Amino acid sequence: MMSSTAPPDLAAGDGDGDGYMTLSLAAATTASEYASVASTFDPLLSALPSSPPTHAAFPHSPASSSFVDPPSYADVAASSSSPHSGSSSASPRSARAAGLEYTFIAVSDPAPETEPAATSLVPGSAPTYISYLVTSVRRGEHRRHAVRRRFRDFVTLADRLAESFRGHFVPPRPDKNTVESQVMQRDEFVAQRRAALERYLCRLSEHPAIGPSDEFRVFLQAEGKMPLPSSTDVASRMLDGAARLPRQLLGEETVSAPQDVLQPAKGGRDLLRIFKELKQSVVSDWVGVKPPLVEEDKEFLEKKQKLQDWEQQLTSSSQQAEALVKAQQDMGETMGTLGLALIKLTKFETEEAMYGSQRIRAADSKRIATAAVKASRACRDLNTQTVKYLDTLHEHLGIMLSVHTAFNDRASALLTVQTLMSDLASLQSRIEKLEAAALKIFGGDRSRLRKVEELRETIRATEDAKCCALREYERIKENNRSELHRLDRERKVDMLEMLKGYVKSQAAYAEKIVECWETVEEETSGYARRADCIAR
Amino acid sequence: MISTERSQSQSPRSSMAAGAPFLTISVTDPVKMGTGVQAYISYRVITKTNLPEFEGQEKIVIRRYSDFEWLHDRLAEKYKGIFIPPLPEKNAVEKFRFSKEFIELRRQALDLFVNRIASHPELKQSEDFRIFLQADEEKMDRARSYETGIFKKPADFLQMFKDVQSKVSDVILGKEKPVEESTPEYEKLQNYIFELENHLAEAQKQAFRLVKRHKELGQSLADFGKAIKLLGACEGDSLEKVFSEVGSKSEMLSVKLQREADNLLFHFEEPLKDYVRAVQSIKATMVDRANAFRQHFDLDQERKYKELNLYVSHFAFTHFWLCAKDFQLTRKFEANVFTFQDIPNNSCGLRSL
Repeated sequence: MMSSTAPPDLAAGDGDGDGYMTLSLAAATTASEYASVASTFDPLLSALPSSPPTHAAFPHSPASSSFVDPPSYADVAASSSSPHSGSSSASPRSARAAGLEYTFIAVSDPAPETEPAATSLVPGSAPTYISYLVTSVRRGEHRRHAVRRRFRDFVTLADRLAESFRGHFVPPRPDKNTVESQVMQRDEFVAQRRAALERYLCRLSEHPAIGPSDEFRVFLQAEGKMPLPSSTDVASRMLDGAARLPRQLLGEETVSAPQDVLQPAKGGRDLLRIFKELKQSVVSDWVGVKPPLVEEDKEFLEKKQKLQDWEQQLTSSSQQAEALVKAQQDMGETMGTLGLALIKLTKFETEEAMYGSQRIRAADSKRIATAAVKASRACRDLNTQTVKYLDTLHEHLGIMLSVHTAFNDRASALLTVQTLMSDLASLQSRIEKLEAAALKIFGGDRSRLRKVEELRETIRATEDAKCCALREYERIKENNRSELHRLDRERKVDMLEMLKGYVKSQAAYAEKIVECWETVEEETSGYARRADCIAR
Repeated sequence: MISTERSQSQSPRSSMAAGAPFLTISVTDPVKMGTGVQAYISYRVITKTNLPEFEGQEKIVIRRYSDFEWLHDRLAEKYKGIFIPPLPEKNAVEKFRFSKEFIELRRQALDLFVNRIASHPELKQSEDFRIFLQADEEKMDRARSYETGIFKKPADFLQMFKDVQSKVSDVILGKEKPVEESTPEYEKLQNYIFELENHLAEAQKQAFRLVKRHKELGQSLADFGKAIKLLGACEGDSLEKVFSEVGSKSEMLSVKLQREADNLLFHFEEPLKDYVRAVQSIKATMVDRANAFRQHFDLDQERKYKELNLYVSHFAFTHFWLCAKDFQLTRKFEANVFTFQDIPNNSCGLRSL
């Protein structure tokens, strides 16, 4: 406890000098703390990946003395303040980008347009929507495509991709907003949406399966109206399904066509199938009867469990990252306000001073105040960087959503197979019962025999459907597997880059801030020396 | 003038010189006494001196915050016009009343308080100061209850009443408040003090917030470090090591930030606050001065008014006396007029006889 910070002299109104002196001492302590921390951040430096990180142990650096200057940090701070497109050329993230199908994608120029066929009661207030200009250049081509799309088109794209790429980790699209048109028109909202859409398209193009896909290409290149069919709404689908149901129940069209089983039951028009699958899932989950085919892939199950743990930790890390960003921002703000308050105080003192010594003190205090303002600016710049890097956590949370979708695809495909297999089993047992009954009646029962024939037909059709479904299931499983491998690789790379970037920016800005305070400490060192003298 | 020395009133070197007068006081050893709502902190006040006014070389007494308050109030009453050293804040949020930091800050401020009194040429001669430093519990209790409490002296009551009276009459009569003394220099000083307080208070507010921000950042770094470590544990392999490095560094930083917060609190924010209090004490003295001036002015007015009254009443008395006399004579005259008027009637009566 420093109790002996005696004041320099007893001139009137001199009091503030004391406060500032102790601040500079406090600053010196901060400076040395930050510096010592900054210099021990080595383990990651050695992991500069020009290739994916070899899993060798990272060497620990010996604790260096507090004021050694690691060379690279300061320029990181300088370079980050200039507009930075994201990653240096050596980073693996951009290596991924380099192999893309599309070398350039941008979403720009949001412009309102009116619904062409809309009629409105009040002339002049036709519902408007915003359309965006989507420009792209395909690898190997020189032609730049530009098309106009609205948000609804993006939604359609997402739906079609979800259908075609079951089992893949399809990047999630930006959220719809169920708010009134007032909000839609506002500039901030539109700007955010534009940025989100651009990010979405870029992620799509980075996906090894989706990037080269036809759906994507058509979306980017087909001029005029949106080329992909949009999904019909739930209501009309249900109506269609309800129309078919009576026929199904009467025995016609009981078997789903083979191509239908490629899609999950939920979104379709086949109500009977929905009911059957529902029954199957209830039987296997609640009643506990073991279904004819189960998920047995051990590797998959392990991975799934690990991913669940990962997702849990990711969520909490993402939350803490947000809290950290906020705390850093607050710190920067308060430091700035303090600096300003001190500047006002020193200005006041200089103007109203009655003694010369007041002016001297005020001038010295002003240096501290300006240092505080500089530190505050550095803090805020640091925060921008921190947000940029820690955003990876949030992004990966989004990826987990697509992982869930892919796993659901797998589960529903499995359910379809299970249902069909149970169907087969029950059909088979019906045939056996009928045959057994028919045997009892000597000479055969014509109606029963006919029934048996029908059932055998049904069985054949069901077998076909089952084979299709089984193939689909295997396909989805394979997609899952390859995607999981890809995710593992990319996740490691992304996380490493995030940590590196975060640590580097922290160290760089800490150095900058330390520099600020060290200069001030030097300039005001007279006070500290005098305090020591008097204390002795 | 407020002395800004924080340590002993005389440097240690001179106290070594034999016979040189010294007075050293320290406030130490805060101890929580009592329980529940009535719990309070007691401090040990150790006085070392060779001054003849004090009984003995060393004296140790136990005092609590209200005792310091008593001393402050007594000094403020007796030594009007002198800037009394400021006391730390009276009320504290219940939650923080017994936090380690708060107790330590208060102890430091109280220590400063008594030492500043001891260094002040006039204040240190105060009888109450000596009582405070030396009296045992009983005497202290007696001294306290004699002067303070709700039972003010009758003279005070009268004065308060008069103040209210004059304020009310001022308002009713629409009289402006009597202009306070204003030499240009004094006004300048007043403005300076008022503005200085604003600036200092603003700086102190921000300093306090900065301390809070440090603590918050420290906390969130610790939480972040933990979460990152757990995240790395999911990953496994060498990446886990990287995660855990970042995590532990974050936790280390958090510790340093907490320490920095304490540093800032004790060495930056508290001294700033001390000076805000000092300026407020100066303001209080200025208010005293203004009050005294106004009292003087009011009494002067009263005196003038009474003089006037006296003069007028002399006048009035004579006038009244003359009026009274006048009235008598008029009555007599009127009575005579009646008699004269009645004479014919009366004579008629007589004639009928």
